Amino acid sequence: MWSNLLPNVQWDKIWAATAETLYMTGISVLATFILGIILGLLLFLTSKGNIWENKVANTMIAAFVNIFRSIPFIILIILLIPFTKLVVGTILGAEAALPALIIGAAPFYARMVEIALREIDKGVIEAAKSMGATTSTIIFKVLLPESMPALVSGITVTAIALVGYTAMAGVVGAGGLGNLAYLEGFQRNHNDVTFVATVLILVIVFVIQFIGDFVTSKIDKR
Amino acid sequence: MITLSNVTKIYKSKSGSVTAVDNVSLHIREGEIFGIIGYSGAGKSSLIRMLNGLEKATSGQVIVAGRDMANIKGRELRKARQEIGMIFQHFNLLWSRTVRENIAFPLEIAGVPKQERLKRVDELIKLVGLEGRENAYPSQLSGGQKQRVGIARALANNPKVLLCDEATSALDPQTTDSILDLLVDINKRLGLTIVLITHEMHVIRKICDRVAVMESGKIVEEGEVLRVFRKPEQPITKRFVQQVTEPEETKETVSHLLEKYPQGRVIQLTFVGDAAEQPLMTNIIRNFNVSVNIVQGKISQTHQGAYGVLFIHIDGTEEEMDKVIDYIRQQQVEAEVMTNVE
Repeated sequence: MWSNLLPNVQWDKIWAATAETLYMTGISVLATFILGIILGLLLFLTSKGNIWENKVANTMIAAFVNIFRSIPFIILIILLIPFTKLVVGTILGAEAALPALIIGAAPFYARMVEIALREIDKGVIEAAKSMGATTSTIIFKVLLPESMPALVSGITVTAIALVGYTAMAGVVGAGGLGNLAYLEGFQRNHNDVTFVATVLILVIVFVIQFIGDFVTSKIDKR
Repeated sequence: MITLSNVTKIYKSKSGSVTAVDNVSLHIREGEIFGIIGYSGAGKSSLIRMLNGLEKATSGQVIVAGRDMANIKGRELRKARQEIGMIFQHFNLLWSRTVRENIAFPLEIAGVPKQERLKRVDELIKLVGLEGRENAYPSQLSGGQKQRVGIARALANNPKVLLCDEATSALDPQTTDSILDLLVDINKRLGLTIVLITHEMHVIRKICDRVAVMESGKIVEEGEVLRVFRKPEQPITKRFVQQVTEPEETKETVSHLLEKYPQGRVIQLTFVGDAAEQPLMTNIIRNFNVSVNIVQGKISQTHQGAYGVLFIHIDGTEEEMDKVIDYIRQQQVEAEVMTNVE
């Protein structure tokens, strides 16, 4: 039945492409989470009235974040080609998409982290200080746990944006479902391949949203 | 235990500088409950934050338990803070932690091993009366329970001093009283020095031994609570004392009486301790040729003893009324003739 409805779909290719998309999304989400939290913490801690208040550092980090957040992703990939070649050794395949995905998404997530941290009641930080907490204790036992629901819902939104980015990266040779939809579906005019790729991307997005919502509601004790 | 000498705190901003604390000197004894009262913006919040180094004094010395809080930094400051507990108006609990984990937090900071931590947390939960709520999250607790967690947390590392920053201002009157009772109990049992700031004279009256009144960064009056209640010197202190001694309607009643009886005098009598037990009224009526009308009265309990206020209206000849007032004053009762009420 499937072969009648979708004559051009080769399932082994579809699954391979899905695996590539999941691989690119998974690694880049993980790296974005870590890098974004580090950048977000730096943005927050160096801002006015906080522990490492430092106008120069804050302005520099903010400028870096704003620049990379503003460049359209498709242009970022092209701009990063020399960098990717240097780091990964090639500009083709799933691996080659990772630098652009991470550099594109981490600054975006960093801003969300900063907003999440700003939402924390200043009094709680003051209370931790009054107990004699070190800065690292404040970061790991107050700031991160207290903002965790917002950090998780933020990474959910970012992960979904990243799925979209992987599809774009596919067009310039990164592999994955986007690549399949473009080469097999668009260029060879096999609309059923495009359709299946789209459905699979939707499923991935829905699953990510579901997991994100579930985890957020589990850890939010407010 | 705590000595402040010539402490000044100035906040600098683009639009100029604000002197929040202005040349304050203060001595707080070991084991006493010391209250600082003032309206918002009086500088009491900055003052209490200098006691644990959350704010640094611009000049002057802040000595708490032998340490100069204005000049220590880093590890030494953190160590000192572990010996100074603090509770807050809005409790400032970590919502992501249960009651037990919140109380364990300062113990984690102090590096107490896990076994000991659990034991100490159980003791503290008993001390503040939160048995059965150990695994609840702050969002599941009432305001009073949250403040109990705050108190347990502040006491975890056996501090020498407990700072209370408007600790009851967000609570209803009944809960306020139960938290105040708990503070007195802790003060007696552990011999802890408690410094509290508030804008409610009720809190001062109920638990403090001594009080300082703050206005625009300065301490304008300071002394034993009973003394301040009996003989408030500054206008601001009088206003605070009126919060708890005079019901709202008194002023109206007195001005009404002054209008109604152009003759005679309305007198405010202030009794303290034993004086309240003499048959003063009986003696006045028996020995002087005046008519006496009781307008209003109230007795308040302070931490150190009873304190009462009575308004009476007397009428008679000028001479006789002067004699009555002299007589009252001889009985160690304050008498103030009300002329007009502002």
